[in-house]
Amino acid sequence: FTLTAQFKSFICLVKLPFLLCDYLYAYILTLQSCFLRHARSRNYVSESDVCKLESVPLDFGDYHPLKPITVTESKTKKMSRKGSTSSTSSSSSSSMMDPLSSVLDGTDPLSLFAAAADPVITTATMDNTRKKRDKDDSSAVGSDFEPWSSKRGEILARYTTTEKLSINLYMGSEKGKATATGSAVSEKVRTRLEELDDLEEGSQKELLNLTQQDYMNRIEELNQSLKDAWSSDQKVKALKIVIQCSKLLSDTTVIQFYPSKFVLITDILDTFGKLVYERILSMCMDNRVSLSDNFSPENVNDTAKETCLNWFFKIASIRELIPRFYVEAAILKCNKFLSKTGISECLPRLTSMIRGIGDPLVAVFARAYLCRVGMEVAPQLKESLNKNFFDFLLTFKQIHGDTVQNQLIVQCVEIPLYLTLYSPAIDWILQCIAYRAPEVLLTEMMERCKKLGNNALLLNSVMSAFRAEFIAARSMDFICMIKECDESGFPKHLLFRSLGLNLALADPPENDRLQILNEAWKVITKLKNPQDYINCAEVWVEYTCRHFKKREVNTVLADIIKHMTPDRAFEDAYPQLQSIIQKVITYIYDFSLLFSVEKFLPFLDMFQKENVRVEVCKCIMESFIKHQQESTKDPVILNALLHICKTMHDSVNALTLEDEKRMLAALINGFIKMVSFGRDFEQQLSFYVEARSMFCNLEPVLVQLIHSVNQLAMETRKVMKGNHSRKTAAFVRACVAFCFITIPSLSSIFTRLNLYLHSGQVALANQCLSQADAFFKAAVSLVPEVPKMISIDGKMRPSDAFLLEFLCNFFSTLLVVPDHPEQGVLFLVRGLLNVIQDYTWEDNSDDKVRIYTNVLHLLSAMTQETYIYHVDKVDSNDTLYGGDSKFLAEINKLCETVIAQILDHLKTLGKEETLKRQSQLALYLFNTILAHGDLRNNKLNQLSVNLWNLAQKHGFADTKTMVKTLEYIRRRSKQPEMSHFADLALRLPLQSRT
Amino acid sequence: MGRAPPRRRKQVAGAGGGGEGRGGGAAAMGTALDIKIKRANKVYRCGEILSGVVVITSKDTVQHQGISLTMEGSVNLQLSAKSVGVFEAFYNSVKPIQIINSTIEMVKPGKLPSGKTEIPFEFPLHVKGNKVLYETYHGVFVNIQYTLRCDMRRSLLAKDLTKTCEFIIHSLSQKGKLTPSPVDFTITPETLQNVKERASLPKFLIRGHLNSTNCIITQPLTGELVVENAEAPVKSIELQLVRVETCGCAEGYARDATEIQNIQIADGDVCRGLPIPIYMVFPRLFTCPTLETTNFKVEFEVNIVVLLHDDHLITENFPLKLCRM
Repeated sequence: FTLTAQFKSFICLVKLPFLLCDYLYAYILTLQSCFLRHARSRNYVSESDVCKLESVPLDFGDYHPLKPITVTESKTKKMSRKGSTSSTSSSSSSSMMDPLSSVLDGTDPLSLFAAAADPVITTATMDNTRKKRDKDDSSAVGSDFEPWSSKRGEILARYTTTEKLSINLYMGSEKGKATATGSAVSEKVRTRLEELDDLEEGSQKELLNLTQQDYMNRIEELNQSLKDAWSSDQKVKALKIVIQCSKLLSDTTVIQFYPSKFVLITDILDTFGKLVYERILSMCMDNRVSLSDNFSPENVNDTAKETCLNWFFKIASIRELIPRFYVEAAILKCNKFLSKTGISECLPRLTSMIRGIGDPLVAVFARAYLCRVGMEVAPQLKESLNKNFFDFLLTFKQIHGDTVQNQLIVQCVEIPLYLTLYSPAIDWILQCIAYRAPEVLLTEMMERCKKLGNNALLLNSVMSAFRAEFIAARSMDFICMIKECDESGFPKHLLFRSLGLNLALADPPENDRLQILNEAWKVITKLKNPQDYINCAEVWVEYTCRHFKKREVNTVLADIIKHMTPDRAFEDAYPQLQSIIQKVITYIYDFSLLFSVEKFLPFLDMFQKENVRVEVCKCIMESFIKHQQESTKDPVILNALLHICKTMHDSVNALTLEDEKRMLAALINGFIKMVSFGRDFEQQLSFYVEARSMFCNLEPVLVQLIHSVNQLAMETRKVMKGNHSRKTAAFVRACVAFCFITIPSLSSIFTRLNLYLHSGQVALANQCLSQADAFFKAAVSLVPEVPKMISIDGKMRPSDAFLLEFLCNFFSTLLVVPDHPEQGVLFLVRGLLNVIQDYTWEDNSDDKVRIYTNVLHLLSAMTQETYIYHVDKVDSNDTLYGGDSKFLAEINKLCETVIAQILDHLKTLGKEETLKRQSQLALYLFNTILAHGDLRNNKLNQLSVNLWNLAQKHGFADTKTMVKTLEYIRRRSKQPEMSHFADLALRLPLQSRT
Repeated sequence: MGRAPPRRRKQVAGAGGGGEGRGGGAAAMGTALDIKIKRANKVYRCGEILSGVVVITSKDTVQHQGISLTMEGSVNLQLSAKSVGVFEAFYNSVKPIQIINSTIEMVKPGKLPSGKTEIPFEFPLHVKGNKVLYETYHGVFVNIQYTLRCDMRRSLLAKDLTKTCEFIIHSLSQKGKLTPSPVDFTITPETLQNVKERASLPKFLIRGHLNSTNCIITQPLTGELVVENAEAPVKSIELQLVRVETCGCAEGYARDATEIQNIQIADGDVCRGLPIPIYMVFPRLFTCPTLETTNFKVEFEVNIVVLLHDDHLITENFPLKLCRM
């Protein structure tokens, strides 16, 4: 492809704004030559030797502008580049912490405002700040502790209801109405307070028949009014709101929603706890110096202590147990202000206080909250965590007591469902306990759970909370325990699912592995409900893929197909099935192995909803592109992947988004590029033909195919070392024909033009002259169709720049295209010039003239004895005509016509507003003549002087450029045979700027 | 230039939300009067020196006829309508008993400069004769209150300014060691008094103990309670703190028991056999060490109230003796 490389440099040169500096200038000159009757004849080889850029050895060392900056160098090392120290050090610090992300970290004032205005966004920012806070706090317990924030979303999504909910708020009855007067309270806040009037004291409000969403909105409103009340200095009202909210947690109607309710309300409690803590902390500010993080109570001043005490006294007098517990737990951290041992005394007391909560579900969630606060505030106090769990075990029997059972009957809730409601809380408690806990403790906990009857619920929580390694090592024990569990209690499939999740993370002992799979699958395969089944299977597929070979994976897939096919059960399980595919391809990424899993393709057939099917196909293709290292010709892979690609392709319709199309095309292209039949070029071509028929709706794929076929042709040429045999010649022609008939089906005009040109070049390189002619003719006849505006990335832009670029490129190619014996001299060049002449250019554009000037470059190059470049084994016009005078005369005639056109245009630019353009064009032409013309000719010499003057006439010329140009001419004059330049220089006056 | 804080705050007696309810002040024509007591919790004992500053803020110079500060402490007794008739209760409230009263002239008539002026003061807390500084107590029929009042007398054209401020007296620690007096209790249908149809009662057995009925006022009341069994589900278990106030008067005396607070310790049908903690913090201001004088008495009791789902109410009463150590 040296040829193409040359073309490319040629384009650059033509496009370069001339006269950057004489250095570049000289370089430009090496490649172009004289024109007109008195064209300067040149020896390209010697010129290029003289003017070639001096190659400078680059020191790649350790510096590269695109490399990420690291501060390895410092004072000790002597700097080779001055001034880079400061920049490296400053930017290195910023590379550690992205300034953008730190700005967006929830403290952005805009989002804060928005949050105040919009409850929807409030949740988002709240989440942000909460996440941030959780992050900060959990730093005390280490990042390996899964924070609450990651649980809450899951809980909210899982525990939902369609039943109607109610909120009952009774805002105390203390005398005196808190009024928010004073100039400090803004008008906005005041109006909002008026809106919230119904939250004022003494009012009772019962909201009935709320949907789940309404309920969540209401809670969010309460959260907001809590903050409002706080910021408008109504601390008592804030406390009342919090008490009312926590009271909602004693209500267990619509029990299946309880875990979500817990999440929502504890959010409010967290907000409250934080507000109180920060308020008291701010009171401790002494001379604007705030307390350090681990302050001791002696450093807290009396006012702050008194305020803190007041809060505790106030909370201690709350009548009801549940609000009293929650509110006190919420401000547990404030004990730090009063005494060092405060928290460690408080936690056990609060723990035993929960014993008074009769409803076991309410109690266990209260315990979860206490553990959550405890872990946040004092993670070192493990004792009360354990105490909480043991207390829970003591009350475990209550779950099966009459009170609970009666309640379930009233609410029509089945026992298995009811038991799952406990999971989030028990999981959390056990997670807190298990965090960095010694093995002994975990074993003890497990033993305690074992002792209780009907312990499936506990077993499940143990499995979700304890370390995966711990569970994996005892997998067989767990399987036995699960089997022994009561059928009517906690759902068994959930137990197996939890176990599977652990086994996906940690490896069980080598010897047990197969037995584990067999035992587990024996149970899983018996599950009747497809949803239960698939939830389990999804998890266990990972274990299977991780530890076993093709055969087992195949068996599992077959079993899943068997379960999911009846009644089209797969329709409700697409997410799980999708995740199964994901897991399989994560572990088996050798595609020949993957497709030899017999049930893999039948498994894919279950994805019958088109968008899911396409998603899955995309996943597979992504994995293929990521993992396939070598190109392949394996028929199994090809067939399967062609099928998959076809599926993706067929999903494209009129409504498909551009992005989606682009993505699909990229995936298919990635596949096409990976297909190689080695030396079997015919097979390769027929693959491309097949691909073309399959993917005809995706243009980028067709483009890729054309490129691939062109590449194939060039490959062939390389193999044959440029000498085609009869057979390869025919093959190459077939390739060319492929391109020729494919290109017209593309819609983008520039793609077509460039592909015509490119394929023409390939045809030329393979000595298919008439085919090359056909490409070029097609390109010429396509040019008039170029619209003035084209759409790029959805925006309409003028096309002239693209057209200019293409035409320059085209002309460069035409230099080496030999004339057709039956057509006239320079048939293609003339044809193209005619098209340019007739093309409707933008009224006030000089593009046409610029092209004409560039054509002069071409024409001057054509007059040379030997052209600057050739296509191997193709005779260009220099050899064909051998410098025949008739040929040269033809060229000269063309030159004259073109120059006449240019001068005409220059004349029309004589108006005031176009003088600048006139100056630029004149200088451009001047430079062309300087570079390519033989200035010993008087007429030409005079023309150039005239152009020089015209360029300067109206003072639009850039003095610097002019001075540089003149300098260049003077320097050139010192070279041999260039003495006439000295005279020329004398005739070129420099206009001083006045 | 100082500015008068233009906010009105709600004062919640004793335990205001956050205890930030101080400040404010009498504002008139831009002149504000405020009393700041040195101790943040405003708690003093007999024999100590009550100190602080009177703060006067004003934009202009203040012309006045003298500023005085009065410290007062008194017991207010109210007869309940139950023991004497409504009218008598209204008119015949017993004359307040003065415990302490002293006035000092802080500033002679004259002018105060503009801006903020702070005038420090000190009152030694001593009583005359055989009087005792009782602990501050806010009750229904008995109120023991101590106040500081600052008066700025002004010319006829301007109103006099007054600012009052309560401070709190804690009685001195009682000598000797407190002997704990634990109480065990068992409640069954058989132990109940004034039951009409004992047969219709559901069976239950509630056991428990209080760690001590002699309580230090700053320490919580503690104990444990176990519902061993109960036929009817439990609805709620509460601790009811009761004040018993006795006022002596010419016709005899009146004794009234009223609720101070009610703290729920169990909600719902609690687990059988599991000890539930009894825990109650004594509220400040509304409780004081058990007090017995010639004119009045303040005593406290606690009731353990068990409410069953069939609306049976079971109450067990324990007299308490509060003291300050």
